[in-house]
Amino acid sequence: MRQRIRGASLRRRVERPHHDTSLGSVFIGVFLFVSILMMWYVGVVNDEDTSMKGGKMSIRLEVWGENALFSRSEFKTERVTYDVMTPSAARGILEAIFWHPGMRWRIDRIHVLNPIRFDSIRRNEVDSVINIGKIRTMAEGRGDGGAIYTAESIQQRSSTILRDVRYVIDAHFELNRAKMSSTDSAEKFQSMFMRRAAKGQCFHHPYFGTREFPVEFQLWQESGDPVGFEQGHRNLGYMLYDFDYRNPAHPTPLFFRAELDDGVLDVESVEVRS
Amino acid sequence: MTDRTPIENRYDFTILFDVEDGNPNGDPDSGNMPRVDIETGNGLTTDVCIKRKIRDYVQTAMDEQAPWRIYIQNRRTLNRLDSEALEAEHIDARPESKDFAKEIKTLKKSDPTLDLRLRDYMCSQFFDIRTFGAVMTTFVKGSLSCGQVRGPVQLGFARSIDPVNVQEISITRIAVTTEADAADKNNTMGNKFIIPYGLYRMNGYISAKLAQNVTGFCNEDLDMLWRAILNMFEFDRSAARGNMAVRKLYVFKHSSALGDAPSWKLFDSIDVHKRDGVDVARSFGDYEVHVNRETIPDSVNVSEMVDHTL
Repeated sequence: MRQRIRGASLRRRVERPHHDTSLGSVFIGVFLFVSILMMWYVGVVNDEDTSMKGGKMSIRLEVWGENALFSRSEFKTERVTYDVMTPSAARGILEAIFWHPGMRWRIDRIHVLNPIRFDSIRRNEVDSVINIGKIRTMAEGRGDGGAIYTAESIQQRSSTILRDVRYVIDAHFELNRAKMSSTDSAEKFQSMFMRRAAKGQCFHHPYFGTREFPVEFQLWQESGDPVGFEQGHRNLGYMLYDFDYRNPAHPTPLFFRAELDDGVLDVESVEVRS
Repeated sequence: MTDRTPIENRYDFTILFDVEDGNPNGDPDSGNMPRVDIETGNGLTTDVCIKRKIRDYVQTAMDEQAPWRIYIQNRRTLNRLDSEALEAEHIDARPESKDFAKEIKTLKKSDPTLDLRLRDYMCSQFFDIRTFGAVMTTFVKGSLSCGQVRGPVQLGFARSIDPVNVQEISITRIAVTTEADAADKNNTMGNKFIIPYGLYRMNGYISAKLAQNVTGFCNEDLDMLWRAILNMFEFDRSAARGNMAVRKLYVFKHSSALGDAPSWKLFDSIDVHKRDGVDVARSFGDYEVHVNRETIPDSVNVSEMVDHTL
C-alpha cells in the first residue's frame, strides 16, 4: 500500500504532463488513471473534511528536554533512538496538550535546533506482562493475581538515547466533521490549543518517546523562523512516520525517507509507505 | 470514609535527595559504578529506580492489603505460563491449536467489556498500577487485552546538582568461599563504589486527567505517594546505599486539572546551589535551596513537605 499524505501533491502530479508522443499519452493515460484511483482511495480512507486547506491554520511549538528516546522499530530489545523526533512522537506531544475526536494532527516540519548527540543507559527491566487470566480469577475471589516478581523476571536492557534536544514543531490539523458537535469548529480547536500551550496546560505531561523523558514546551516566541543546528543536507534513511490506526486491532506502521535540510525535517508532502 | 474520588488538580513536584558514602543507583554497564553523565560528571538516578522504592515503601507500610497492593514486586518467584492463564479463564483452546485466535475472538465478542472491567479491577486493587500504569497484553495473539494503562504519575531522571566524585573502595573479607581458595589464601578482596556526597534533584508530574479518565488515582493515593516519597529511603538500607535521605519535597498544586503554568517555569523557581565559600560539598548543609515565589503564579500553591510520618 502506498499513499500520498496530502492531496495537494497528487493534484500536482495529475496536471503536470501536457506535451508528449502517442506512446507517452498511453503512459499518461495509465498514470492519470492510477493517480485518480489513488486520489479516490485517499478520499475514501481520509473521510475528514479538508476544506481547511488554503486558509490552513498552523501552529508552531517549541519543545525541549534533557533526553529523548524515539525507538527504532528494528532495535526494540536494546532500544536505539532515531536521530531526530519522529512525526508520530511529535503528534503524541501535541495530543498530550490538546486533542479532540473531531480532529487529527498533521505534522508539517520538525526543526532540529540542537546538535544530534547520543548517550547510553542500561536499566533493569521486567520481562513479563500482566497475566489477565490470573487477574480474572482473583477478581472472582480465587488466587493471588500472579504478581510480577522483579528478581525473577529481570532483564537488563540498554537504551541509546538522545541528549539535550530542542525542536520546533510546525503542524496543522484536519477535521473529521462526523465526530464534531454543532458548536465545534476549527477556530475553536485552534484557540483551545493556543490557550493551553501558552499557559503551559496539558491533558497529561508530554514526553519524548518514553515517559521518563518529559517534554517542556512553549509556543514559538521569536519573530523569525527557527534556525536548524546545521546547514546542508543529511540523509536519515527510512524513518517511522506514524501508525495507521484504521484497523485498531492491527495498527500498521508507515515509513518515509527522512532528510534533514539545513536542520529541518520536512514531512509535509513526503511519500509514506507501509 | 476516606476520600476515594480521583484527584482534580494537576501537580508538579521536585524531590531533593542526597547520598553520603553510598551508591544511589548502580550502572550495569560499568560494573555497578554509580551512574554518571560522562560529559558533565553529574550523577544520575533512573526513574525506575525511584519507582521501585516507592513501590517497596507502600508494600512494606500497607502489608499488601487492597487497595494498596503492589503488582510489580521484589524477591519472589514467578512462573506464569500462558496455558495456566487460559485454564484460569476456563478457556479450552490452547495456543498450539489452529483455531486459538478465533476462539479468543469469539470469547471477546460475547463479552466486549471484559477488557475494560479487568482494567478497572486492576486499578482498584493495585496502588502501583493506579499510579504508574502497567502493560496488560497477555493475549495479544487473540487480540484479547486490557491493554496499556497509562498512570497519572510520571517521573524523569534524577540528576545531581554538581558533578559527583566516584570512589572505588577496596575491601577484604576474612572468610573464603571454597576449600580450594582456603588452601590458597586466607582472605579475598572485593570492591565497592561510593559517592562521598551527592545532592540529587528529580522532577515529577501528575496528570489529573489520566487519574480521572483512566486509573482513578485519588487524593488518598496522593497522600500515600507523598508519604512514600518522603520515606522511600528509610526502609531501603543496605551496604551499598550508604546514607540516603529525602531532604525536600516541593509540591506545586495547580488550581485546575489542566494546570496554570508550564512545569519548567515552576521547576525553574527552585534554585539549588552550593553555599558561597563551599568548595567541596559533604553535607546537605553545604547547599542552599531558594524558592523564588515571585515567578510562581498566585493560583499555583507551592508547599514544602517535610512531614516524615513513617
